[in-house]
Amino acid sequence: MASMEKRLQKELQALQRDPPVGVKVDTDKLTSNLSEWTVNLTGAPGTLYEGENFVLHFKFGSRYPFDSPQVIFGGANIPVHPHVYSNGHICLSILTEDWSPALSVQSVCLSIVSMLSSCKEKKRPPDNAIYVKTCSKNPKKTRWWYHDDQV
Amino acid sequence: MFEEDSENEVEDEDEEEEEEEDDFVDMGMDAEASGTHPKHDEEDFPFQVLTADEIVKHMVDCIKEVNTVVQIPATITRILLTHFKWDKEKLMECYFTEDQDKLFSDAHVVSPFRKSFTPAAAAQAASSSEIMCEICFLMIPPTELTGLECGHRFCWQCWREYLTTKIIDEGMGQTISCAAHGCDILVDDQTVMYLVTDPKVKLKYQQLITNSFVECNRLLRWCPRPDCGHVVKAQYYDCKPVKCKCTHIFCFACGENWHDPALCRLLRRWIKKCDDDSETSNWIAANTKECPKCHATIEKDGGCNHMVCKRCKLDFCWVCLGDWEPHGSSWYNCNRFDEEGAKKARDAQEKSRHALQRYLFYCNRYMNHMQSLKFENKLYASVRVKMEEMQHHNMSWIEVQFLKKAVDVLCQCRQTLMYTYVFAFYLHRNNQSIIFEENQKDLENATEQLSEYLERDITSDMLVDIKQKVQDKYRYCESRRKVLLDHVHEGYEKELWEYQDGN
Ligand SMILES: [Zn+2]
Ligand SMILES: [Zn+2]
Ligand SMILES: [Zn+2]
Ligand SMILES: [Zn+2]
Repeated sequence: MASMEKRLQKELQALQRDPPVGVKVDTDKLTSNLSEWTVNLTGAPGTLYEGENFVLHFKFGSRYPFDSPQVIFGGANIPVHPHVYSNGHICLSILTEDWSPALSVQSVCLSIVSMLSSCKEKKRPPDNAIYVKTCSKNPKKTRWWYHDDQV
Repeated sequence: MFEEDSENEVEDEDEEEEEEEDDFVDMGMDAEASGTHPKHDEEDFPFQVLTADEIVKHMVDCIKEVNTVVQIPATITRILLTHFKWDKEKLMECYFTEDQDKLFSDAHVVSPFRKSFTPAAAAQAASSSEIMCEICFLMIPPTELTGLECGHRFCWQCWREYLTTKIIDEGMGQTISCAAHGCDILVDDQTVMYLVTDPKVKLKYQQLITNSFVECNRLLRWCPRPDCGHVVKAQYYDCKPVKCKCTHIFCFACGENWHDPALCRLLRRWIKKCDDDSETSNWIAANTKECPKCHATIEKDGGCNHMVCKRCKLDFCWVCLGDWEPHGSSWYNCNRFDEEGAKKARDAQEKSRHALQRYLFYCNRYMNHMQSLKFENKLYASVRVKMEEMQHHNMSWIEVQFLKKAVDVLCQCRQTLMYTYVFAFYLHRNNQSIIFEENQKDLENATEQLSEYLERDITSDMLVDIKQKVQDKYRYCESRRKVLLDHVHEGYEKELWEYQDGN
């Protein structure tokens, strides 16, 4: 088994054994070599997204975890958030520049949940229209400017 | 926020360049750096040419020199030196006058004066049970985990994979940080060489390290000739010509061919413009024009600027669209884009074309000299034949050397002329620029005449006569070249030149 698959196997086991609040792997939609995952997120209580359900798509390359996964929101409900574009792309530095092989599906999900939780006003990024029109399908090909992590 | 691809990247580069220059000023290495302009090549500019091995030795010597004063591990010294762009004086000054803890953390390295193990890591190391590597998620005996002074420990295999990805896929050398999330402590060279085992990866790493040493060191520059691999080391940073061991002559400040009288900054802009424009449809559009009289569309199919409209038989100059009459028989007389004379005719054409024509005017002349310079070797070869012929006609070896000298001067003049068109393109018209254009015209004419002399066949009965003429001509060229350059240099010193924006 490839090292990428071995590690994903272990991540999957841990997530099923001990899932963090609001994070659930959709095991029906896993591909056989684990290279694509679907994770269901639930907005945390007491936040603007309380009770809302979201779907995250993960794609892993053979160099994972040394190479970062591709992560985008999918499904009918894309969160309205200043760092989430209407096509599901997410502006989050750990997904590209600040990726570390010590990060995991769980830590990415928790970062995204916390990003949603700290939001004070539901709105799209100011450049949403032009970005969605011109971007590549793969968000990893976008050169992101990370403004602030506070929003 | 995302960054739009094409356009912003270009701006980015410009910003980076400016940043670089600002940084240099900050480093306090050379107060005059911001006003760097070409200086006469005769002035003394001491420099050395180093081989790849000598660069590595130079790098090691720099570290040793600092370590005689600052007693810290050599690997940390290297990281600090990189942080200060290899300015030893600046490093030592900060080391002894500023907060050392801050200095180490700014340079992304753990202070060597702190305890080498965090209590947690020490406790982990002491226990004998297996620990999970946070990258591969496998249980590993503690002795097989390793890490930097920050205390983040991973298994050997994961470190190796991580470093290989950074080095081979991402081309990173000196800037690889610890594999832990959010840890900015840099991996030192010894650790990399120890953990990586593949000789190919090791070699690539060493190249990256050497390259970043040269690139961030202001007093070093790679020879730009492909595959040369030599480095020029200067004593101070300036816009001066340097000659590599491979015979290539280039500007120490920017690495381009020696480009006196143009400024590095404007040359860079010019080259970029030439690259961009040759690919656009503008270029194609510019190669067809309307006859200034009957407005028939005319396509230029030869090198000559003397155009005859096939429909109305008007003689005109392709470049300025003015009447051909005053241009005479030599095309190079139109070396000045005379804004008065041909204005009327040009106004009739689209306005956007004007800027393009102006550009093409300078570009044509620039390219023409560049093209001629490419035949340099051919010219030297043909002159060598002539020199042998002359020696069969009772001239000594010494006596025929004037011909080689004439080619040397011709090439120098062409190179200077080529860059005068870059200088002139960005120049705003004033009294000094008119003097400059006169000098340019004189040098251009003299150079073309010298070129003609060298291409002419030489018969034995006119040997003495031609020698005198060629010598007179190249001496004249040399003196005109000096006059032109002196005038431009003086203008730089006295800030007489004004530049056009938006080109
Ligand atoms: Zn490991
Ligand atoms: Zn660390
Ligand atoms: Zn060279
Ligand atoms: Zn230069």
